[in-house]
Amino acid sequence: MTLLRHLAAAVCVAIIVVLLSTKLTPYRDYQMAEVAAYVTAVAGLTVLIGLSGQISIGHGAFMAIGGYSGALLLIHQGWPLEAVFAASAAIAAVAGAVFGVAAARLRGPYLAGATLMLAVALPTLANQYPKAFGGDQGLSVSITTPAFLGATFPPTRWMAWVTSAAALITLILLANLGRSRIGRNWRAVRDDEVAASLSGLNVARVQVLAFVISAACAGLGGALLAVVTGIVAPGAYTLTLSIALLTAAVLGGLGTLPGALWGSLVLVLVPTYLTNVATSHGLSGGASSSVPIAAYGVVLIVVMLVFPAGIQGGLRRLFGYPSVSPLNTLRRRAPASEHQEEGPT
Amino acid sequence: MKKSHRVNLAAVAGLAAVAMVAAGCSSSGGSGSPSAKSSTLTASAPGITPTQILIGSHQPLTGVAAPGYDEIAPASNAYFQYVNAHGGVYGRKIVYKYLNDQYDPTITSTVVHQLVLQNNVFAIFDGLGTPTHLAVVKYLNSSKVPDVFVASGCECWNQTSTQPYTYGWQVDYVREGKILGNYIKQHFAGKKIGYFYQDDEFGQDGVKGLDDEIPKSQVVARQSYNPTVTNVAPQVTALKAHGAQVVVSFSVPAFTALLRLNSLKLNFSPQLVVSNVGSDPITLAGLLESFAKQGGATVQGNQLTQGIVTDGYLPSLGSSGNTWIQLFSKIHGQYLPKLPFDGNVLYGMAVGYTFVQAMLKAGRNPTRQDLVNAINGGLPQGVSVAPYAYSASDHAGITGAYMGVIKNGVLAETGPTQVTDTSATGAITTYSTAQPPAPASGIPSP
Repeated sequence: MTLLRHLAAAVCVAIIVVLLSTKLTPYRDYQMAEVAAYVTAVAGLTVLIGLSGQISIGHGAFMAIGGYSGALLLIHQGWPLEAVFAASAAIAAVAGAVFGVAAARLRGPYLAGATLMLAVALPTLANQYPKAFGGDQGLSVSITTPAFLGATFPPTRWMAWVTSAAALITLILLANLGRSRIGRNWRAVRDDEVAASLSGLNVARVQVLAFVISAACAGLGGALLAVVTGIVAPGAYTLTLSIALLTAAVLGGLGTLPGALWGSLVLVLVPTYLTNVATSHGLSGGASSSVPIAAYGVVLIVVMLVFPAGIQGGLRRLFGYPSVSPLNTLRRRAPASEHQEEGPT
Repeated sequence: MKKSHRVNLAAVAGLAAVAMVAAGCSSSGGSGSPSAKSSTLTASAPGITPTQILIGSHQPLTGVAAPGYDEIAPASNAYFQYVNAHGGVYGRKIVYKYLNDQYDPTITSTVVHQLVLQNNVFAIFDGLGTPTHLAVVKYLNSSKVPDVFVASGCECWNQTSTQPYTYGWQVDYVREGKILGNYIKQHFAGKKIGYFYQDDEFGQDGVKGLDDEIPKSQVVARQSYNPTVTNVAPQVTALKAHGAQVVVSFSVPAFTALLRLNSLKLNFSPQLVVSNVGSDPITLAGLLESFAKQGGATVQGNQLTQGIVTDGYLPSLGSSGNTWIQLFSKIHGQYLPKLPFDGNVLYGMAVGYTFVQAMLKAGRNPTRQDLVNAINGGLPQGVSVAPYAYSASDHAGITGAYMGVIKNGVLAETGPTQVTDTSATGAITTYSTAQPPAPASGIPSP
């Protein structure tokens, strides 16, 4: 039944996406594709942090793995897109498994530190092996719209469809996982590792699984973004990207899948909007380039002040929904309440 | 419980729709309306209305590549404002919208899509950077958007069969490497040469040109740097250990400065030969002083740049008798007084002049193809010391440069203009035709 409900919701969203994409300008379609790519990555991250309680500030590295895998497969093997996306996610998942096994021994800030190292170190590999990865200028990726859509079909609309479809499938899978035994195990481990292991859960295995799944999502997101932007290059996967993903997850509402969408919308739309405002108000040179960055910071601060539980938390409060969805939990892991939860509840 | 979850997803979908539509509405309606006044001027192409020509660009206005390079687009814009104030291009005003890509190829892709799809620019002009522009060159060519005068000397812009809409402008790094290499061969015969270069297309193209000229046996060390790693002490130490007497540097200004400061620290003083992009004396002096300050030392920037050998393809800023320098200095004083009149500003105005040349040649009511045809037909030499290579089968820009040396913070010409091609065996010849003077009006004649 859950699966059916999620599928029904997904079909609704898909219809809206298709209708929207035909109404919007090609550039808005392009942004929609960008949002879909980020949603895929952020959804994985928000599940990792919100449900399994592990913090990663290095998911940009998994996007890089997915992006480069996708680019190399498209360029050298010429695989169809769906196979490329699946393979990119799988390769990132393997990388996530390797890293996750090592990381399962680490907790809190140490895990964050290890993922941070990954984010900083991995993209430079492209510079170490310029023959394979194209060095600093990366590899360029291009896709063509299928012939049956006609020659005049806007390529950005096709991109929006492809990426939105991939994002939706990811969201359905994550929504179901979150409500399944696996999701319950994650939450059990997140809330109390000792209690979880006393209940017979293999804590490390549960955590590694969460890491693998979120790495796969990031890898898929990376491949989608590579197709959208047409390039994979080390400059695209700096620490800034990892932080941006984390920002989107927190801003949208940690642990909530709709939150991943809100966060991604902010990530894509707000900087462009602010730049347009700055340039159209006649700010020139240094000012117009610095103002959007500063204003973006202000937006983040304001959102966190107004909606401490993220945008999704704020919406839920505004519309008075009770906080019941299994995927919207975990705003209660404040350090003060942690000890209380350790008691018998 | 289950019900509320479904409601959530539906609500999300609805709100997402609202957000996208709202975003779409907020930015539409930017294009100008045709005016009935000038009957012969039509909206002949995207970005062209009877009153204006809209062009776009991606520039590093913040981030690692911003120092110095962030002056280029404002300088081009200053020249366009001058042209607009003096009748424009067939009466149309040039509107130049340049967006910040922070030198990040992903952002480049986003802003160029925005410029082409949302702002409907006529052409992308002077997009800055090799890795950044490579991210959009395929897209621009498949969308048939003129991609004129890329601000990078990569040989890769000259691929007429796969990239018919893309044109280089500045002397490419292979030509530049050959001219520098030729000078070294003649003036530093028998000396030990060390290379210091950026490990990407820029540095590698330059080294290719150098190797065409300098005997292999003379090169004792080849050290490359990665532009994201600012510690170049290992490379400089290696250059010193190999006893390099001459160091040729294909570097951006920040790394030329780092090379110079690290050499100073190691008490290593080879003759420096630096490619044009990394040798603007004013930018360099500023960087040297600020880097030294960060390290707790005080240096005199102009003292440290003294004697650096480099090349130039635009007239030297120091040659006050040159009509081009006089023209641009006047425009600088009028439209851009806040920025220093340095090599970057000169570059921006010069490339702006070339664009106006091409637009005037493209005709009163040009299509995108007209602009491409105009450049393919060749542009007359103007602002540069050497002619352009432009033809239907060659999209490289300026074909040569002169050698010079930095004296008291100013580039002083020391040799005649030399022109060459990008092939390994292509001869380097002296180009003795004098540079044509700047038009009195400051605007190219159609």
